Amino acid sequence: MTPLVLEGVRITLAGHALVDALSLTVAPGQCVTLMGPSGCGKSTLLAYIAGTLDAAFAASGSVRIGERDLVQVPPEQRRLGILFQDDLLFPHMSVGGNLAFALASHVRSREARAARVDAALAEAGLAGFAARDPATLSGGQRARVALMRTLLSEPAALLLDEPFNKLDAALRGEFRSFVYAHAAERGLPMLLVTHDADDAPPRGRVIALGTG
Amino acid sequence: MGEAVHQLTHLRAAPLVTVAVFLLPVVAGLAGTLLPAFGYLPAIGGLELSLAPWRDLVATPGFATSLAITLLTGIVTPMVAAAIAFCFCAWAHGRPWMRRASAAVTPILATPHSAVAIGLAFVVAPSGWIVRLLSPWATGFDVPPEVATVGDPRGVALIVALLVKEVPYLVLMIVGALAQVRVDAHMAIARSLGYSRASAWMKAIAPQVYRQVRLPIFAVVAFSLSVVDVALVVGPSNPPTLAVLAMRGFTDADVARYFPASAAAVLLFLLVMAVIAAWVTCERVARVLGRRWIAAGARNGASGPVAAAGSLAFAALALLAASSILSMALWSVASQWRFPDALPSAWDVAQWSRRMSALAAPFWTTLATGVVSTLVALVLVVACLENEARMRRRAGTGVLWLLYVPLLVPQIAFLFGAQVLLVRAGLDGTLAAVVWAHLVFVLPYLFLSLCDPWRALDPRYARSAASLGASPLRVLVAVKIPLLSRPLLVACAVAFAVSVAQYLPTVFAGNGLVATLTTEAVTLASGADRRVVGAYATLQALLPMAGFAVAVAWGRGTR
Repeated sequence: MTPLVLEGVRITLAGHALVDALSLTVAPGQCVTLMGPSGCGKSTLLAYIAGTLDAAFAASGSVRIGERDLVQVPPEQRRLGILFQDDLLFPHMSVGGNLAFALASHVRSREARAARVDAALAEAGLAGFAARDPATLSGGQRARVALMRTLLSEPAALLLDEPFNKLDAALRGEFRSFVYAHAAERGLPMLLVTHDADDAPPRGRVIALGTG
Repeated sequence: MGEAVHQLTHLRAAPLVTVAVFLLPVVAGLAGTLLPAFGYLPAIGGLELSLAPWRDLVATPGFATSLAITLLTGIVTPMVAAAIAFCFCAWAHGRPWMRRASAAVTPILATPHSAVAIGLAFVVAPSGWIVRLLSPWATGFDVPPEVATVGDPRGVALIVALLVKEVPYLVLMIVGALAQVRVDAHMAIARSLGYSRASAWMKAIAPQVYRQVRLPIFAVVAFSLSVVDVALVVGPSNPPTLAVLAMRGFTDADVARYFPASAAAVLLFLLVMAVIAAWVTCERVARVLGRRWIAAGARNGASGPVAAAGSLAFAALALLAASSILSMALWSVASQWRFPDALPSAWDVAQWSRRMSALAAPFWTTLATGVVSTLVALVLVVACLENEARMRRRAGTGVLWLLYVPLLVPQIAFLFGAQVLLVRAGLDGTLAAVVWAHLVFVLPYLFLSLCDPWRALDPRYARSAASLGASPLRVLVAVKIPLLSRPLLVACAVAFAVSVAQYLPTVFAGNGLVATLTTEAVTLASGADRRVVGAYATLQALLPMAGFAVAVAWGRGTR
């Protein structure tokens, strides 16, 4: 796996700079946390990295996975997995359908795909949930499905947009370790934005945003 | 206090009165068509139930062909319209100008179907604008070619004319439905999972949106199967579609033809039911196949090119619509426009003032009918929504189906029956009867365009006004209506446009005595001087557009 690199990233809205001269490198399996109050441009930065920034913003600076520059690449070819604070499971697909949708298409046969989906569910402690409607799952279960969905798409890095925010305190710690363990195991660089210092993994690097 | 209670009881009657106003004519009219379809109509001597009307209908020359073209139009149009609309939305998603797309299609939506059909005939006819633009340099034609591009026996021109109107309608419905879905977030997720824009939209968004545009699609099915005015202008004439066949029977000098015409109208109603039922069955199959398609995980299959092709078709239809509207305006000011000139060689703007005396009466009738039916519908709809808010109970999906009843039942299947009842009540041919017939369609459209913004209004405005001591009526007049002035005005413009466009309800309820711009334009379309038809159709198209312009301008002034 290769690192996620930002270099001289600057994002402005109507002339006002939200992010300026931000450079950082996230090593494989490591998590960098960007901390800041709401409205400081954290999510905007992730949207820029992911390639889904609204046209109202002006942005510059380089985003790379290893040597691969992403700025001119359409979002679907960046191979960046995203988790938002809502699980955003597709309501018109079953739990298994959500995972199959994400599973890379080089897994061809229907049997092989179903097996991969079942394995991912088992890994999340949700064996046998494939046919369930996502609406029938608890918040914690849905969050885990959302992570497995992202991982099945074989991303090169993980963008975490306050994904722990809506979970209650008990589930929060559990899901945090679940995410970090799975991403570290796959050697994925992780970029987390949050306004809660507790979300940052132990020994991870923390950068304060939007204070100046 | 006593007065407030009084107000409330009045308001509670609102839903019932509203449903009666727009559903009674449909239900009573259906019954009034069903009986003659089985031979019973005492007024013209039909006293016994029999199957003779059906035998007469089947024996009508060309009946089988009529049935076939009707089904072809009614199946192909909604399928192609839905496909193009979904493709366009998939292709256009997130592009900056998409935000203005709904404003751009408003003129097409405002223009009555029959006016678009008249304009389209000017454009695609063998002597029409397209051939003129290409002749003689490309085609070598010095005289119009002898092919039937309008009124062709297979109804291709009819399908195209319907698509020009129905595709923008469905696009608008999809754009409205998107507001109920977390589009941007779901698109971001799907694209981060590796899906191209069009693939992501087709697999992650379209299935969520589809459930909400089902009823509008069914309305397109019913409309395409049973439309009369468009079919009269550009549809095949011998044999015609089933709806036109029924219309000819109902307007025949020989009253005995009413019986097979009623049978044809009832058959049309059954066809609408059957096609919708078949559509629902296809939906089931599509759901299974769609799930497999989505689960297979193909990131960039055919969706992109297919969506682009659909968008191209949409652009072509929009171009046809624009040139249709422009061509009738051009004809209305041309004094000489010989084949194959691309533009008139001599202009005569003054012919408008010469036609004024002929245009004035239908113009005022159209305006009056439109304004009165819009105002009546507005009062009823606001009363219903206000009642709903005060009862704190929202109408369910059953009510949504009720609203769609007039849009799903073929007009011709209940208007004859309604006319029979009006004749018996001595009300036929009056403006009041015409207004009522228009209300059947004006009411649902006004309700559908107003209910979402009305329900979305933050209830705390009303609550805080009430806590300041304002009566419910004062809250309505001084708080809600001003806050909702823009959606109210737009809903009125939609309702007015619906009224202006009505052909069949005007003809039947008016008993042929009430002439509007639409009835005149459709009557003149077959055969009259293009300059005359152009003038009627232009005015017919301008009036609803003016309605929208007034709504927008007035809405701006209120803030």
